[in-house]
Amino acid sequence: MRFKIIPIIITIVFTATFIIFFKGLKNSNIYTPNVDLEKKVPSLVFKSFDTNLDIISENIFNKNKFYLVNIWASWCVPCRDEHKFLMKLKKSEEIELIGLNYKDNNKNAQNFLGELGNPYDKIFVDKDGTSSINWGAYGVPESFLIHKNKIIKRYIGPINNRNLIEIEKIIK
Amino acid sequence: MRLLHIFLIIILIFNFNLIKANEIETENKIAKNLRCLICQGQSVYDSDSEFALSLKLVINNKISEGMTEEQIYSFLKKKYGEWILYDPVLNKNTYFLWLLPLLIFLAGGAIIIKKFYIRK
Repeated sequence: MRFKIIPIIITIVFTATFIIFFKGLKNSNIYTPNVDLEKKVPSLVFKSFDTNLDIISENIFNKNKFYLVNIWASWCVPCRDEHKFLMKLKKSEEIELIGLNYKDNNKNAQNFLGELGNPYDKIFVDKDGTSSINWGAYGVPESFLIHKNKIIKRYIGPINNRNLIEIEKIIK
Repeated sequence: MRLLHIFLIIILIFNFNLIKANEIETENKIAKNLRCLICQGQSVYDSDSEFALSLKLVINNKISEGMTEEQIYSFLKKKYGEWILYDPVLNKNTYFLWLLPLLIFLAGGAIIIKKFYIRK
């Protein structure tokens, strides 16, 4: 009897391990953070793009409005792709677009906006990337939909048409 | 008097170097324990991505502000989730990971005891 139990246990253990690893093969190994998590807007000090003044984040999102914080840079290629969607979003009255210029050269950033248009109501600069880290961002492009001082939606990567429709639905 | 001044300055410089060296050491230690989130399979210390470079700068700033290693970890955990830490904490997602070696150890021990002691 004892000789039969051990092979059975071993078979069960191996099958279980096999199933676990086999299922794991199909899992995506790209980290996707909890994008639907409701989070308070972090308290930060931002530098303004054109006046170089310091502004506290609480003073930016204080109106009863929707805000879209968009991290962008002139050197970032996907930012060019999402730009036309931001320009469309600009037409909406309910939302204010806030740009965070990430590790960029001021002149290049201005050329970028001159060439493709400026969708932002306010622009801030993040020269060394530390503001983005303190904000909890990964890099460029990335967008955060904010309402009542809470991050209600997060878009990692460029905004596409589907995201634009979703944002328009939320802010209506 | 002058000798005393020189002596004090030398001591100051040496101490300053030591403090700086400690800071760099902790900074590197923290960066090695963090996963670079946009470049999988690398630590923040090893990576040269924009994200990792900024994160190293943030760590440096936090150390200068007087935050301890633990405080920096919990700060980053709050921002980016547990995944950023290489050392997983015991919770409902990781208990299997933590208990598996223990279970295997116990099972192995049981087999050895059975084979060598009970048979006799």
